[in-house]
Amino acid sequence: MGSMFYNEMYTGDGAVRSHYAALDQWLKRQSSDWLAQKRDEADALFHRLGITFAVYGEEQGTERLIPFDIVPRVLPASEWRLLEAGLTQRVRALNAFVGDVYGAQQILRAGIVPAEAILTNAQYRPEMQDVPVPGGTYAHIAGVDIVRAGPGEFYVLEDNLRVPSGVSYMLEDRRMMMRLFPELFSLHSVAPVEHYPEVLINNLRSVAPAGIDDPAVVLLTPGRYNSAYFEHAFLAQQMGIELVEGQDLFVRDDYVYMRTTRGAQRVDVVYRRIDDDFLDPLAFRPESALGVPGLLTAYRAGHVTVANAIGTGIADDKSVYPYVPEMIRFYLSEQPILNNVPTWILRRPQDCAHVLANLSQLVVKEVHGAGGYGMLIGPAASTAQIEEFRGRIQANPERYIAQPTLALSACPTFVESGLAPRHIDLRPFVLSGRDIQIVPGGLTRVALPEGSLVVNSSQGGGTKDTWVLEDG
Amino acid sequence: MLSRTADHVYWLGRYVERAETLARALDVQYRLSLLPQGPQSVAAGWLDTLDELGLLPAYRERHGEVDSEQPAQFIAFDRHSTLSIYGCLKAARENARAVRGAITSEMWETMNGTWLEARGFDPQQQRQRDPGEFIDWVKHRSQLFRGVWRGTMLRDEGFAFMRVGMSLERADGTARILGARLATASGGTAVSGYYQWGVLLHAMSMFENYRKLFREAVVPERVAELLVLRDDDPRSVRRAVGDLYTGLRVVANQQSRETERRAGELEAMLRFGRIEALVVDRLRAFLDDCVVRLRDIDRRITSDFLVAIESVA
Repeated sequence: MGSMFYNEMYTGDGAVRSHYAALDQWLKRQSSDWLAQKRDEADALFHRLGITFAVYGEEQGTERLIPFDIVPRVLPASEWRLLEAGLTQRVRALNAFVGDVYGAQQILRAGIVPAEAILTNAQYRPEMQDVPVPGGTYAHIAGVDIVRAGPGEFYVLEDNLRVPSGVSYMLEDRRMMMRLFPELFSLHSVAPVEHYPEVLINNLRSVAPAGIDDPAVVLLTPGRYNSAYFEHAFLAQQMGIELVEGQDLFVRDDYVYMRTTRGAQRVDVVYRRIDDDFLDPLAFRPESALGVPGLLTAYRAGHVTVANAIGTGIADDKSVYPYVPEMIRFYLSEQPILNNVPTWILRRPQDCAHVLANLSQLVVKEVHGAGGYGMLIGPAASTAQIEEFRGRIQANPERYIAQPTLALSACPTFVESGLAPRHIDLRPFVLSGRDIQIVPGGLTRVALPEGSLVVNSSQGGGTKDTWVLEDG
Repeated sequence: MLSRTADHVYWLGRYVERAETLARALDVQYRLSLLPQGPQSVAAGWLDTLDELGLLPAYRERHGEVDSEQPAQFIAFDRHSTLSIYGCLKAARENARAVRGAITSEMWETMNGTWLEARGFDPQQQRQRDPGEFIDWVKHRSQLFRGVWRGTMLRDEGFAFMRVGMSLERADGTARILGARLATASGGTAVSGYYQWGVLLHAMSMFENYRKLFREAVVPERVAELLVLRDDDPRSVRRAVGDLYTGLRVVANQQSRETERRAGELEAMLRFGRIEALVVDRLRAFLDDCVVRLRDIDRRITSDFLVAIESVA
């Protein structure tokens, strides 16, 4: 099995790739015991720092660590340039697409994206039709999942445009590596990532409603029992903005205010980490206690900016994903730099027939699923699981898409048996404001069980520090 | 700052301080229990302590009879209430977690580390050990937190709310600990009086200070003067109320004037009070009055600052 996969560190004949050479030599000088001791030290530090996530479905207050692997993932500058160009291109097109969907709908009229796939989609928010947003930016923060199949061969797996998380782990993993192995940073020239919160706050301030000189920006969290609460608190602190819950905000005369000890204070930009559905009980789910009644009205009146914009989810829906390369050609008149994974849309009868005949080789995903839930990995599934999924697909084919099982690249990882290859992906964070900025690297997630292809933290995935080496 | 944030910071300060108060109350009783006396008078001392700390109903519900052993376990480790030291540290940590972005990283890490260590104490094992070890640990963690707070936090509204919470809790705690001692202390000889009041001074870390201030033997009037009326005792009721008043002046808003006035009034009572006027039989009523006034100020703080205010500034 192992040789089928691209190994990030070694070539097929066992030679070390040049950008890993120094790390490889360093690792060979360290004993397993010492590395294990360092890993335990990292775990203890993460616990003490409270870098933990709450687990859904377990007793309230249960907190776990996301496993941290001490072996970094290294990208040479040349590959990063390719990724950076590809990501910038992709997010520009996606922003243009959302603006078009809620504007003139040219791409639908041109027949490039089927209108019914958009207008009947649960992620399409008719409330946003013809509502201008500052700078035409919808996806202020995108966390694009990328996998590698070969040298320079990257595929975009998902464009997460709603409330992508994980950036705090990118930052904390770097901080941890510098603390544990400072000598590695003198052996390598690693591009820094620490300025991410600075870039983010500048971006958020730049998209404030027109005429506000010193905008008040807040981060809206579902609260401390949310699995990403640590990240919300961390980012708010790093940016020096208030971390608010829905109950802290209210809307009066179409303006948003927060309740402070000195009375109500205007809010101009809401960096929300709550899904559209829960954002405003008057407009979306009425039972949501997490949101702010009237927020949509204030937003539509142009009195507050919401990032990411309401309705952006239409562009990262799995049923819309197959059309992204066409969007790039349509809006930018460019050829896509990053590949899409070939995708069968089961709404189409001939795609569906092909997928049903080949279930044991394919990955099938629910269109609205996330977090690695509700998917079938054909090659790893039992006959019973495959047959169960077949039934589900036949009952509601429009709910599914299918893709070939990708040969995710593997990176050496420190596991119980020592250093061994484990499959990884990469989530760079793309920030859109006046222009598009990406801090070099992103979050590398690693599937820790041998052979596993599921990197989600909810399914036992871990994280690694991600190094983009600078030239020279 | 956000009302919700202020609320969490206020309670973070209160719970940390309350854990320390409980540890000191435990310390008094533990030291007394080492003096020669029968188990009945030990139990009577615990009864007064539980009563004065407001823990008696919860204790009775859980354990029934007040004996000489259960109360210490209850005060230190009870897992089910926010009234034990364990419960206070848990609640403090939850409040800190809710505002970890508004307090400093060092404050959060100190509080989180305290909680992780608190979870590591096994009540059954602790039963066999010198309780002094646990008491010292609690005092140390509380002092550490206070040091990190003072040493890292911006002198802003958040700092002032922490100060308000801590000082209100401290004033209340000192009044109650002294109240419990007044309830139990019997006349007895000068020697037994020395021990009875000496343990209180030791538990409040004030024995050496007492020696510096007063030449005379350890007598109830002077102990009370030190713990209630003096401005130079950092744990005295007067000192704590003075801090509370200062903190309230910093956070003042349009509707908090009356609260500020009441805190100032209590401060003046303590500032201009004379111990001779409060000889032991009137002291008790005076302390009760302080506790009632502090409770009133707490309620007013909640309605002035911590619940939703919708008026536009």
